Amino acid sequence: MTGNYRSRRRVERLMFAATGAATGVTLGVLLLLLGYVAYQGVGALSWHFFTRLPAPVGEAGGGMANAIVGSGKLLLTAAVVGIPVGFLGGVYLVEYGRGTLAFAIRYAADVLNGVPSIVIGIVAYALLVRPLGHFSTLAGGVALGLMMIPVALRATEEFLRLVPDTLREAALALGAPRWITIVRVVIPAAMRGIITGLLLSLARVAGETAPLLFTALNNRFWSPGWSEPTASLPVMIFTYAIAPYEDWHRQAWAAGLVLLALVLGANVLARIVMRSGSMRMA
Amino acid sequence: MLARTFSRVRPRASAPATDAAVKIAVRELTVHYGSTLALDDIALDVPAHRVTALIGPSGCGKSTFLRCLNRMNDHLPGARVGGQVTIDGDPVYDPAVDPVALRKRVGMVFQKSNPFPKSIFDNVAFGPRIHGERDPVRLREIVERTLHQAALWDEVRDRLDRSALELSGGQQQRLCIARALAVGPEVLLMDEPASALDPIATAKIEELIHELKAAYTIVIVTHNMQQAARVSDLTAYFYLGRLIEVGPTERLFTNPDRPETEDYITGRFG
Repeated sequence: MTGNYRSRRRVERLMFAATGAATGVTLGVLLLLLGYVAYQGVGALSWHFFTRLPAPVGEAGGGMANAIVGSGKLLLTAAVVGIPVGFLGGVYLVEYGRGTLAFAIRYAADVLNGVPSIVIGIVAYALLVRPLGHFSTLAGGVALGLMMIPVALRATEEFLRLVPDTLREAALALGAPRWITIVRVVIPAAMRGIITGLLLSLARVAGETAPLLFTALNNRFWSPGWSEPTASLPVMIFTYAIAPYEDWHRQAWAAGLVLLALVLGANVLARIVMRSGSMRMA
Repeated sequence: MLARTFSRVRPRASAPATDAAVKIAVRELTVHYGSTLALDDIALDVPAHRVTALIGPSGCGKSTFLRCLNRMNDHLPGARVGGQVTIDGDPVYDPAVDPVALRKRVGMVFQKSNPFPKSIFDNVAFGPRIHGERDPVRLREIVERTLHQAALWDEVRDRLDRSALELSGGQQQRLCIARALAVGPEVLLMDEPASALDPIATAKIEELIHELKAAYTIVIVTHNMQQAARVSDLTAYFYLGRLIEVGPTERLFTNPDRPETEDYITGRFG
């Protein structure tokens, strides 16, 4: 009896140590990563970094204003492509989807989620860059949008599923047609969660580099519209990091820090959206 | 009239001995869920402006029966309904019938109170709004009247714009009743409306049922036999998907025709 208890205590302590250590490693890696990027990047951060164009090769200084704006435009395009498709697809799956078609959509979304991002880049290249004849913000944004679709779809689906069926029944029993039930009751009840999911899906593609390499390409100058190549933070990091100049390396770290802050900011914003007000659903 | 015809063809269920006109007439109603037979050949007349209680052990089909009356079973995949249901002579299961119009006439209150995560006002105004009422004055009037009817007005009059989820369980259930009444139904279906409530809240709901029957025809599913005895005029006993016996509540509880009914109400089985 006592021996048994002692051995159980030993196992308990062992498991506690193991799970604790795993948590520690996870947190440690994150903190190390954040800390190191911040340590390396903060030195090169300056007002100029946010407001100036990249300096000509060989000159020190300059900034990444065009890449920051470029990333913003790419993400906007991605949102326009990815959010409606992902959101409406998610609504379809939960509210209407039955049987083989729903299974096929869900399966396709999971496969699409697993497609290497470079392949998505090739597809966007073949579909947009080749026919239009030039690299562009549009092509890059569409590539990112395609990557967003499965994430946005699954997030929407997940949060709509959390809405209890009793709410749907309540609306239907009041004589609401199906679509009114969905638009006026189900979606509002899940809206907070859905917005969070969509924000996270946006954050997820914000750091993607591979799909941009031969779609948005890069640009050392401002990209005026949607049909020219554009700079973006991830591609700038890649370009600057493999260049032989000390100053570029420092700027790549700074860009990394800005990108991290962006993604982290989106995550924090998502949490705030999720918490604010009551998310309680009967 | 219908009741008499019915007792001639199907003598095994007793005709409701009540002088009230028949509001809902059910004939040969059969429901399958997939290959399971949930309701087997049910015939029942629900009198107007009376409370009809459906009792029976869990899984006996009483909730399924209730959900046939406003076609809520339409939304369950695999459910098949056969037979006839008429309300004031209008067929319920007719391809030409719009479930939306039907549910305007037949309101429903569920076992678990299910207010929308909206304000108290918007909960009650939801039905009238989706049926086309836009005038804020009219909406306000409907909300106030139905909250009065549901005996909730005095408790919420100062906080109509607060979330309905802040209300207590009993208040939420009365809100759901007000919400159902706001559509202006003729029939009110209640699926164990008080089973999740404490005795005081339950008493309020029961009192409410008493008051509402002057204006509405009420069908209530309950697991609580004292409740059935207290609130209903007519009681129907379901067992294993069949309607075993139906009759005036007092008679059914004191002198049931069928031995199965007696076993159930005296607690000898289950």
